[in-house]
Amino acid sequence: MSEIAIHAEGLSKRYRIGACESYQTLRDSLTKAVKAAFRKPKGSSSEDTIWAVKDASFEIRQGDVVGIIGRNGAGKSTLLKVLSRITTPTEGRAVIHGRVGSLLEIGTGFHPELTGRENIFLNGAILGMSKVEIRSRFDEIVAFSEVEKFLDTPVKHYSSGMHVRLAFAIAAHLEPEILIVDEVLAVGDMTFQKKCLGKMNDVSRGGRTVVFVSHSMAAVENLCRRGIVMDRGHLVFDGSMRDAAQYYFGSVSTIRDSGDHIFDLINAGHRVFKVRKLLKRVELYTTGDQPANEGVRMGERLKIRVHFELPCLTDNFNIGIGFNNIFGQRIFTAYSIYEPDRSHGERSGPQVFVCDISSFTLTPGTYTVWIWLDVRNTEVDSIEDALQFDVIESDFYGTGRLPTSGMFVLEHRWTLDHHGVELENSEIAEAV
Amino acid sequence: MTSAAQLQTTAILIEPQRRLEFRLQEVWAYRDLIYFLVWRDIKVRYKQTALGTLWAILQPVLTTLVFSLFFGRLAKVPSDGFPYPVFAYVGLLPWQLFAYSLTESANSLVSNQNLIRKVYFPRLVIPLSAVLAGLVDFAIAFVVLLVMLFIYGIRPGVSIVLLPVFLLLAVVTALTVGLWFSALNVQYRDVRYIIPFLTQLWLLATPVAYPATLIPEHWRPWYGLNPMAGVVEGFRWALLGRAGNPGALIAVSVAVVLVMFVGGLIYFRRMESTFADVV
Repeated sequence: MSEIAIHAEGLSKRYRIGACESYQTLRDSLTKAVKAAFRKPKGSSSEDTIWAVKDASFEIRQGDVVGIIGRNGAGKSTLLKVLSRITTPTEGRAVIHGRVGSLLEIGTGFHPELTGRENIFLNGAILGMSKVEIRSRFDEIVAFSEVEKFLDTPVKHYSSGMHVRLAFAIAAHLEPEILIVDEVLAVGDMTFQKKCLGKMNDVSRGGRTVVFVSHSMAAVENLCRRGIVMDRGHLVFDGSMRDAAQYYFGSVSTIRDSGDHIFDLINAGHRVFKVRKLLKRVELYTTGDQPANEGVRMGERLKIRVHFELPCLTDNFNIGIGFNNIFGQRIFTAYSIYEPDRSHGERSGPQVFVCDISSFTLTPGTYTVWIWLDVRNTEVDSIEDALQFDVIESDFYGTGRLPTSGMFVLEHRWTLDHHGVELENSEIAEAV
Repeated sequence: MTSAAQLQTTAILIEPQRRLEFRLQEVWAYRDLIYFLVWRDIKVRYKQTALGTLWAILQPVLTTLVFSLFFGRLAKVPSDGFPYPVFAYVGLLPWQLFAYSLTESANSLVSNQNLIRKVYFPRLVIPLSAVLAGLVDFAIAFVVLLVMLFIYGIRPGVSIVLLPVFLLLAVVTALTVGLWFSALNVQYRDVRYIIPFLTQLWLLATPVAYPATLIPEHWRPWYGLNPMAGVVEGFRWALLGRAGNPGALIAVSVAVVLVMFVGGLIYFRRMESTFADVV
């Protein structure tokens, strides 16, 4: 068998997004249905297509453990789908040497009415194991999953934790030469995640080829020796994991370079639905309505003005703003849905929603902001990494000591309880 | 012996679909998956029903009763000289197998979309196993037929050895329609509404409640353009040993099914690569 496990040349995948609106009325869907009936399924104009993966060429050797990182919509999952043959590429080709097992999800095909035992066989067969293989690994799977007692209970009575454990146990005992894994570690509680990571480590140490996608940088950095960074369908970096992570974090912070407080959203790159650009602009202000050119000092006011457009007359619209740290962890979400005062009435056309945070208490560092717009409870426009801004060190507690650790600061006080000490002292005295 | 595992040890080529290949040997390699999918469908079918497997018997028996009352007794529909209940039941057996398998397989790709989006396997496995799962109900209902034949004192002749052929014809017919409709269903969910309507009309066009002999002699072979006419007539011929020769009609049915089946396979294979993206 050759040394090379996966050889890809110019792999590309184009999706049609059609003229689809992200929300629709019954009449819309009817007219769309009529239109769709007369449209050929293949070959439409190029403007409503996107290249989810474009010209991906790479080579993966046997025993390589490769992590693919990139933002949402960068094409990671599509690439995995092409490599696991779930969907065919539009262009290019790849040759894979060895038996492939792909885990794009765990517990695929679990049937709630069937028992744990029955689902082990069903799910095993779906993942590509033969009856004989499943039977020979059955005991190991059961032991790993820790659900022995409930083996003959229908899975619908399982807790979500048991469900996930059983699903992962089956997946973990799939023993392909090439393992393709997508985000499966993003489930379960912390202990279970640790167990999964441990198992993944065993797998990669066992000399098997692993291609791994995750949003959890920690998991990817921990497991993978080689990293591939994808951005908008293109493979933009391929090298050691450490360099890939640096490249990735470096590329995130290119969005804001003017030092200005106004961020254009119309031309933002990381729009989730590329259909209608309803989110227009964001402005950041700090205490005293000063433009936040250099960022916000910790504990100061942060006022975010979001300019957007409503496509129809409605009073049911919301803006969400998520603050992520550089590790991609969501630290705080500001969402107008939590605003108790809903007296704005029906509106349409250009609007400005103002989010006023009287004291922004995240610790100093760079934050990435995600912004989305809901209309009638449906997300209609959404931008990941819409902007970045810095939180600047400040004397939050007024003591001259700058807080250094933790993710945020909270107003708090320390006091000594003199009375409590006196009581204890008197008890001691009595005992003596 | 080739298992799914062994088949994949050779290099796998991933490229845009160019040539049309049936890759039926790959479907065979995935027979364990077919087995478990059929097994799942059977296990799950009568879960949480009060009557359970009894449904497999109740459906044809009750339909036979209603047919016998209205068509046999009141409308005096002829039954080729056999007791009307036996006549109708023998027709209903393959019909219900067909109607059930067709409905299940037409909806199979959509109802298994979570599998299609997350795991690779030859997609043919899905409609195929949906059709096969219908055979269990058929087997149960067949036992009732044997009892019925015994009660009415009808002894099948040697022609019964050809019954499996007609059973196969029924299954392939269901699979053929299932292939077309399951692939269409991925793109157009209208199929879900077409199917009940279609099976209703198709039942009327098939000699289940009435004999094919109602059709004028020289037109009868053309009746075989409805493959289910061939199946039902074949069943009656094989089980009841009816006088008269449905050979021409059956031959037309077989030819029609073969053409439609290959067409269905081609259509299915062509659409297959888009299933995961569209469904």
